[in-house]
Amino acid sequence: MTDTKLAHELLSDMVRVRRMEEKCAELYSAAKIRGFLHLYVGEEAVAAGSLRALADDDAVVATYREHAHALLRGIPMTSIMAEMFGKQEGCSRGRGGSMHLFDVAKRFYGGNAIVAGGLPLAVGIALADAMLERKRVTACYFGDGAVAEGAFHESLNIAALWNLPVLFCCENNLYAMGTALERAQSQTDLTVKAASYRVPTMAVDGMDVEACHTAAQRGVHHVRDTGGPFFIEFRTYRFRAHSMFDPELYRDKREVERWRERDPIQSFTDQCLRDGTLSETDVREIEDSAAAEIEAAVAFAEAGTWEDVADLERDVLTPASIDMSEPTREPAR
Amino acid sequence: MIKTTYRTAVHDAMRDALRDDPRVVLMGEDVGRYGGTYAASKGLLAEFGPQRVRDTPLSELGFVGIGIGAALNGLRPIVEVMTVNFSLLALDQIVNTAAALRHMSGGQFSVPLVVRMATGAGRQLAAQHSHSLEPWYAHIPGIKVVAPATVEDAYGMLGPALADPDPVVIFEHVQLYNTSTDIETLGPTDISRAAVRRSGADITIVAYGGSLWKALDAANELSLAGIDCEVVDLRVLRPLDEETVLESVRKTHRLVVIDEAWRSGSLAAEVTARVVEDAFYDLDAPIARVCSAEVPMPYAKHLEQAALPQTAKIVAAVQGLFGDRQ
Repeated sequence: MTDTKLAHELLSDMVRVRRMEEKCAELYSAAKIRGFLHLYVGEEAVAAGSLRALADDDAVVATYREHAHALLRGIPMTSIMAEMFGKQEGCSRGRGGSMHLFDVAKRFYGGNAIVAGGLPLAVGIALADAMLERKRVTACYFGDGAVAEGAFHESLNIAALWNLPVLFCCENNLYAMGTALERAQSQTDLTVKAASYRVPTMAVDGMDVEACHTAAQRGVHHVRDTGGPFFIEFRTYRFRAHSMFDPELYRDKREVERWRERDPIQSFTDQCLRDGTLSETDVREIEDSAAAEIEAAVAFAEAGTWEDVADLERDVLTPASIDMSEPTREPAR
Repeated sequence: MIKTTYRTAVHDAMRDALRDDPRVVLMGEDVGRYGGTYAASKGLLAEFGPQRVRDTPLSELGFVGIGIGAALNGLRPIVEVMTVNFSLLALDQIVNTAAALRHMSGGQFSVPLVVRMATGAGRQLAAQHSHSLEPWYAHIPGIKVVAPATVEDAYGMLGPALADPDPVVIFEHVQLYNTSTDIETLGPTDISRAAVRRSGADITIVAYGGSLWKALDAANELSLAGIDCEVVDLRVLRPLDEETVLESVRKTHRLVVIDEAWRSGSLAAEVTARVVEDAFYDLDAPIARVCSAEVPMPYAKHLEQAALPQTAKIVAAVQGLFGDRQ
């Protein structure tokens, strides 16, 4: 890789995510973080490569395994960590937790813990952009498990039928919780399913951050250019358990070991050092910087405060003080 | 005065909304070319074009979710679901996303979505097209639920529902579309308040949707027997306007609640519970309920009619609370 700046950014993105999540696992064991905690370890190249292809005003809809997407979309690690602690300084005021990270300013629409629940939402967001003539892309992340849900099929069909600007990003990590892809799908090439709705598709090695980035650039370009959808299957693998409660009885440890040999961070680091794109010093600085960021995030979360229980029922309905009556722009006819 | 049907009122409300606010879009199955299953959107496609009046595939989960996304991003969608039974296919998006999003994002996202659907029985459409599942929806924090029973409300609830920053679900009873009233002008309804449809001194009858008219018929009949009924149209099923109900009960000291839903876990149960909690000592008699029989709706006309609240049952329930006057 010759682009030093991009290489630095991609490696830094992946390292920040990996180290943050390793810390989260530790904090989970220390009972600082509770509920479900789904780690992305092993899949970092997908979020790092693809999110860098988006513009600032594009939208992102993610899943319950979304720490990476939230962080790399620009939600500060401090407020992500505070959210996981359940503190009101968190990016969802402690109401969401690990699975429901949100940021309206970053157009980050969550953190959705219903498998495939984000797909219709993304199509609707894209519909509004299309009708209001805003040339924006909505990137929608979901796993291979989502492909079995009706919402996947309904959403792809309508996105294609109405020609809506959605970049469908399928993070195929080969397991829907504990159910292997071939035990759940009659057709395991997921691009074929998307293509059946006449959505243009491609599959990419999800362990290769550069390939993920190039694929996403192509997808984003297509969506912005045509105003219609594009589907990318990122073929990746989750190194750790589905959640902190998962004893991993459904897969062979040797299989995990084989995938670990393709660790996206290790392989990209090796490659950059080998071809001279990055130096040992660069890599060390990236690690040091991530470590400092994590330390600050944990301190911020620790220092965070618990919301007053008297506020329990707030944010169920919108307070009358928020005025939503003003029309924005004339939609296209 | 113009004779206006409930169907026309729904139609005109949508037409006016589409005309007044460029952000409003109508989506649903057969809302465009077909003109709406209950003909409520007839002519809107021709007037507003296919961008703003969108026929959807038969994908309730998909298009309700799309409505949520569109609402989040600047549009004001009216999503029509053909019947409440079909809305179960979209319940995930309504409960897990529309209702929860504001809360789980810590107040960052509001969902200004309107979902309209037909509800209720009486057309011999059997067990998959005839139920009244309003109480299920009224159970959910994060959404508002309304049930227009009059032509005025059929028109007047849509505008405020669209202006509301939160999701509003509107239940239109299938037996009401052909009903009509002489109307002078139509205007917005206050969707936070129940309405007293008939003032009376002896007993309160609470009803909503299609049952309102049965309650009013019963009140007329009972007046001949010397019982002066007050009829409250609940109208807003969530959040409940319990003040209007309590005020009425404190005046009449007796209560009968009518609900076309099944009795177990019904709105009638909720109204009853709240009156018991807050006006128990104002009551001179036990509370009575008239609800649907607890069966999936049968097809045969006599059985369907037997399953539903009827005027005669309401009359009997009221009379049962006035043992000394019979």
